[in-house]
Amino acid sequence: MPANRFNGFTDYGVGIGLRIPHYAHIFERTPVVDWFEIISENFMVEGGRPLATLDRILERYRVVQHGVSMYFGSAEPLNREHLRRLKALVRRTKSPWITDHLCWGSVDGRYSHDLLPMPYTFEAAALTARKIREARDFLEVPIAVENVSSYAEFHVSEMTEWQFLNEVVERADCGVLLDVNNIYVSSRNHSFDPDVYVNSVPAERIAQIHIAGHSKFEKYILDTHDHPVIDPVWSLYQAAIRRAGPTATLLEWDDRIPSFDEVHAEARKAERYLPAPVGAAR
Amino acid sequence: MSLAEFQRRMAADLMAPMSVIPDAGYVKPNDRLSSAERLDIYHRQYWYRVIDSMYEDFPGLCAVIGQRAFDRLIEAYLAEHPSQSFTMRDLGSRLEAWLRGNPHYAGRRPEFALDMVRLEWAHVVAFDGPSKDALGPEDLLEPNPEMRLGLQPYISLLDCHYPVDEIRIKVNATLDEHGDASNASTGREHRTALRNAGRRKPKDVHIAVHRWDLTVYYRRLAREELCLLAALRDGATLAEAIDRAFESSPMPIGEIPQSLAAWFNAWSALGWLCRP
Repeated sequence: MPANRFNGFTDYGVGIGLRIPHYAHIFERTPVVDWFEIISENFMVEGGRPLATLDRILERYRVVQHGVSMYFGSAEPLNREHLRRLKALVRRTKSPWITDHLCWGSVDGRYSHDLLPMPYTFEAAALTARKIREARDFLEVPIAVENVSSYAEFHVSEMTEWQFLNEVVERADCGVLLDVNNIYVSSRNHSFDPDVYVNSVPAERIAQIHIAGHSKFEKYILDTHDHPVIDPVWSLYQAAIRRAGPTATLLEWDDRIPSFDEVHAEARKAERYLPAPVGAAR
Repeated sequence: MSLAEFQRRMAADLMAPMSVIPDAGYVKPNDRLSSAERLDIYHRQYWYRVIDSMYEDFPGLCAVIGQRAFDRLIEAYLAEHPSQSFTMRDLGSRLEAWLRGNPHYAGRRPEFALDMVRLEWAHVVAFDGPSKDALGPEDLLEPNPEMRLGLQPYISLLDCHYPVDEIRIKVNATLDEHGDASNASTGREHRTALRNAGRRKPKDVHIAVHRWDLTVYYRRLAREELCLLAALRDGATLAEAIDRAFESSPMPIGEIPQSLAAWFNAWSALGWLCRP
């Protein structure tokens, strides 16, 4: 299932996040990369270097937009100015699908700039699904929502995280950006079996997969995106690929960023788990 | 508790000052962490994230008032003005106004800190602010007194009492030189270097913060040059703007035409002028 309606029927292979420390390498060496993921908000500006840089990238590479502040799960309405700017960016990048997080982060117009975990209630699922539908109708592009890593659970929750994810994506009829590192991090923080999570997600809705590294502390794990991917996360990735088929995959590395070649090589380890295309030798 | 009530309560807890320990009764404890400890992970992350973001945009302010005072200032500012934008780029948009009303957070020389805040916010605007089609020399061949000209919206004109442009450039160089302070020794050197960069005597300077070829620059202006540009930006005709610029100028009248020609040539070459 390499292509589906949630990723614009594309087959994008293995990409990496576009990050400033790599710009010089990319423009000087023009390395072969299947695709880049950009953080939408970094380019939702009105001029200057960010947009000029993006245009140079778009001349050579495929780009998919990943958002960090749509906050589908916030009780307040969608921010119309945010949507307007996001739509302008989608037109610029021609991103075949876009992603953001299944979380909340703003209240009464005040922004936390964090990806806060949802209370897993039916009320929250219904509201979140409605906002995803509204955004998709306005943006006219498929949307996939990403499961976040979390460090807290709430007494008001009425279901598990994966049940909540399923409830939202079925109601919204949207895709899933399955972050297997986030599943691992949350499974350790909340003591659940990550395989149960991976096996519960509707495989036909998986538009994209995230892999990443994290940091382990004495009493919890933090999703820091500053290390290579560990073996248990690769195992979850393998399980997800078995269920969903070869799926657009993206390595996130956001802090203590090593060289472009190191990040790209880490991402390409994912190819070990992807079946070779018919007639191709790996 | 409705979703909206739940989120209001948790947001208030996260955005409370770092010294406040919220009642985290709505958070489940686990076998390793109490409810409060779990909530505290988010509480600390919120403050680290917004303070880091402010430090990235206002390293000069930090150099001028010191790290501890900077942390206090940012915490007080954001407690009163939490982010109201989907992008952290806008976090500092109200800092100048807030600091004018709260000068006790700005150290011993509030005017110095204010000048730096204005320069550093202007830097943010110049980096990614909007632009209009620039007027070229051919558009200015036949200027008439009633002509009105605009200034690129990404340009800020600053009348400062301290040479904050020089200081910010030195701070940038210090940050580049020291990079990430990875141990206590380099951390101390880094802080000392920053503090030294922030020590400077008062000196009146006029600065345009602009961009050229996608890079932000600080250009020193003559006082009359700044007045003229500000008047044009504010909608004055060419004749009115020139009158305002030179009304109390000590510049000999004979030198004015030459200065005007040089300034308009430079502004035109830099793409500063546009239609109003």
